[in-house]
Amino acid sequence: MPIILATDLFVYLLVAAGAYFVVKTRGAGQAADVLRELRKRRLTMAALTVLAIYAGVALMDSVRWRDALDSDVAAGNNGRIYSPEALSLLDRALGGLRLAQEKTYSSPLASRLFTKENALLASGEVRREYAPLKYPGIHLLGTDKVGSDVLYMAVKGVRTAIIIGAGATIIIIPFAIFFGVIAGYFGGVIDDVIQYVYTTLASIPGVLLIVAFMLLFGNRGYQGGSVAPDDVVLGVFVPNDRLMWLCLILGITSWTDLCRLIRGETLKLRELEYVQAARALGAGKLRIIYAHVVPNLMHLVVITFVLQFSSLVLAEAVLSYIGIGVGPQTGSWGNMINTARLELSRAPVVWWNLAGAFAGMFFLVLPANVFADAVRDALDPRLRNR
Amino acid sequence: MLTYIIRRLLYAIPIILGVNMLTAALFFQINTPDDMARRMLGEKNVTVDAIENWKREHGYDRPAFVNTGASGTAMFTQTVFFQKSAPLLWFDFGRSDRNNINIGLEIRNRMWPSLAVSIPIFMAGLIVEIFIAMMLAYWRGSVLDLAVVVLSVVMMSVSTLFYIIAGQFMLGKVFKLFPISGYDTGIYSFKFLVLPVVIGVISSMGVGVRFYRTVFLEEMGRDYIRTARAKGLSEGTVLFKHGLRNAMIPVLTNVVVSIPFLFYGSLLMETFFAIPGLGSFTIDAIQSQDFAVVRSMVYLGSILYIVGLILTDISYTLFDPRIRLG
Repeated sequence: MPIILATDLFVYLLVAAGAYFVVKTRGAGQAADVLRELRKRRLTMAALTVLAIYAGVALMDSVRWRDALDSDVAAGNNGRIYSPEALSLLDRALGGLRLAQEKTYSSPLASRLFTKENALLASGEVRREYAPLKYPGIHLLGTDKVGSDVLYMAVKGVRTAIIIGAGATIIIIPFAIFFGVIAGYFGGVIDDVIQYVYTTLASIPGVLLIVAFMLLFGNRGYQGGSVAPDDVVLGVFVPNDRLMWLCLILGITSWTDLCRLIRGETLKLRELEYVQAARALGAGKLRIIYAHVVPNLMHLVVITFVLQFSSLVLAEAVLSYIGIGVGPQTGSWGNMINTARLELSRAPVVWWNLAGAFAGMFFLVLPANVFADAVRDALDPRLRNR
Repeated sequence: MLTYIIRRLLYAIPIILGVNMLTAALFFQINTPDDMARRMLGEKNVTVDAIENWKREHGYDRPAFVNTGASGTAMFTQTVFFQKSAPLLWFDFGRSDRNNINIGLEIRNRMWPSLAVSIPIFMAGLIVEIFIAMMLAYWRGSVLDLAVVVLSVVMMSVSTLFYIIAGQFMLGKVFKLFPISGYDTGIYSFKFLVLPVVIGVISSMGVGVRFYRTVFLEEMGRDYIRTARAKGLSEGTVLFKHGLRNAMIPVLTNVVVSIPFLFYGSLLMETFFAIPGLGSFTIDAIQSQDFAVVRSMVYLGSILYIVGLILTDISYTLFDPRIRLG
């Protein structure tokens, strides 16, 4: 039985946008120009490859279904009963790591536990020793306090990071374009009202707006982990997802910058010759906006999208650390850091939890930054001519 | 000039009112006083009486915006909005929901530790970043320039949490140079402040160096710089006498906009280093779900932001002779 979370849609949308871009580059249009610009540097292509791998992991982690439980209990019922756990393709592929549960900490690739415990010897005496692991040698990054595999958890953080990084911007792009364009194009009272709204929103410190919003809405709906029957609509769709609320509020706080940029660009565009020519030929306002203004704003949208991606990923970790990010059941690097925050002060240091989370984050944010710079250079004609 | 400042201040009034209304709507309408009472008293087994009692004690037992039970001006003054949110306009923050402490007094007390951390971070960061950025502008295109740019992209990609945790571990625990966290009053606070300041400067360095480098390079590409070079001036004179002075305009405005936020401190720094400032005050309020405090801090933050914007506009007119007051 498939389960689709609201946030899964972002991942599908992102992958679809990527696919669309690839198809577009086969022609000779603007997309092909951009790609040619991007391909000039090997570093950019390497960054793009890493990002594609991360996106692939996120996609695998966003395709999920519930297994049918064909037990005797289910047989008595009218219809089949499904497990509350909706495992994703990724969970199933990494099943070996997910189920290899140890008792507590073990260091990377160890064969024994990290802490001593009482063991009953054959002779009947009790001695304290490092107990052997149940699954020695498969934990590339060791295990955490409750014995889960760290590598598996770090990989589970990918989906959350991608969704926050991409989803928060995706969710607000239509609104930013709509309000930015009508403010810039029509001017007057509409412009004043829209400017007032975004100035007011921008005045509230982002992090506090997020805090207030998440305290009020965050506890409703699906929090991660098992899917409760109440959460599911139509048997397959989970519309109310805590991660979704987080994307929404991160979007609202970052909406204002994009809207301001679009408004300014529209102000400029509507006076350009080709728009005036269209007007002289009798094109309606909507037609001009749709055919001449919006397509010429898209570079701003793309630049904002890639530039915000990495800062949103970093923000997710901080928010989860403060306790207003994703739910504790959702795998995320912020949650990993939060649980492991005191481990460096243990007597033999437990470093692999933090290392796993920070490495996962770093190897996503670094390529994202490199790629964002390249995209900005490729799309910004002012920079390109230099 | 004066009329400009006055007009700029008048523009701020509707925005401040808007922020106040928005926070009131968020905290009183979407999250009703009943919800608040239930959170405070524990989610389960709360009687209606207990909720009413809590609301009466904390002054949330009035209607939200319009009190139809009263007459005259009391219709608007005897409401939750007027009693709880409007006083923020004249900086009366009221009392917290959980411990009944005076929020305004708490803010005044906690302001100083916040400033003690944020001012050194800000000043040291600014000096280091501008110094490095100027060196890069001087030797632009060299191996050093490339190396530092790459390094700053790498530094930008590392989470602030990493800088804090790694810094506490290396400098505090392994080398035992500074106490890991804590705070003291007066001059004794110095030894507690070094570590957060060092970490704060390092964690913002990647972004800062890149920003200032772009500013300087943009300035160095202008026509008057070419003229100065054509006159036969040395590269150092061109950079420091001509370039730097003009690049200071964007730098200064960037500085001015962040000054009000120094009061606010940093949420993360203060919690990690146990500094009793406004940031940790906010975090504590978040974790104990004390909405009166969160509301006050949201409002205070907005005011500081608006003040920053006004200062920026004024500083533009002061420092940039090209901008004349209209």
